Amino acid sequence: MYELLIFLTLLVLGYSFGQIAERRHYRSIIEREQRTLGMPVMTLKTVPQQITRCNTQLVSGNVVISIDFFKKFVAGLRSLFGGRLKSYESLLDRARREAVLRMKESALETGAMVIINVRIETASISKNSSRNNAIGSVEVVAYGTAISV
Amino acid sequence: MIVSNLETIPGKSITRHYGLVQGNTIRAKHVGRDFMAGLKNIFGGELKGYTELLSESRQEATDRMIQQAQSLGANAVLNVRYSTSSITQGAAELYAYGTAVTVE
Repeated sequence: MYELLIFLTLLVLGYSFGQIAERRHYRSIIEREQRTLGMPVMTLKTVPQQITRCNTQLVSGNVVISIDFFKKFVAGLRSLFGGRLKSYESLLDRARREAVLRMKESALETGAMVIINVRIETASISKNSSRNNAIGSVEVVAYGTAISV
Repeated sequence: MIVSNLETIPGKSITRHYGLVQGNTIRAKHVGRDFMAGLKNIFGGELKGYTELLSESRQEATDRMIQQAQSLGANAVLNVRYSTSSITQGAAELYAYGTAVTVE
């Protein structure tokens, strides 16, 4: 009984705080994406032809985002039946977009105009597998070459 | 020292090639950060401590790679790649590798 109460409290806390955090994060992502729209990010390996002399610099951005208790629970249920894990989808989407944004922002600071050859790498960071409740968090790093004239 | 993940440097040519250079570092988090991360796991959100830790470690791996390139006499590292792997529980390895060259 006592355990159930704790569990439900955690679920409610996770749901409310998790939703607030996610909504706030998406708002900030969309706002910053609008602001950095002028800087193209490409996975092409070659410098655009109109640029002849330029400086290159490696730029990167990374972020670690944790899943909340409610999402983890829902994902656990979902994995019984199979199907899309929406709660994880939004987590990874947020992490990727955030990492790319941070890379863009650090490139903007150096006065770059375009980032080419962008790679995005994802790694899961878990605390310890000896306990079942390992930390469900994901690290995304985005890196590329900033081109400035 | 030029570090880039391109295969060539625009406007410059590669005159010498020294082969693969690499740098790695393995880091563990300390208990305080782990505890905070455990709390965050309930509420969700960014783990700022881990973000910092990993970007610091990645920088260190890059620095080691650059050191190796310098000792070879190179002035650029091209086609740099990063990778992350969790070796044992609670620790992550960050690895950077690239090709050391001389460009002019």
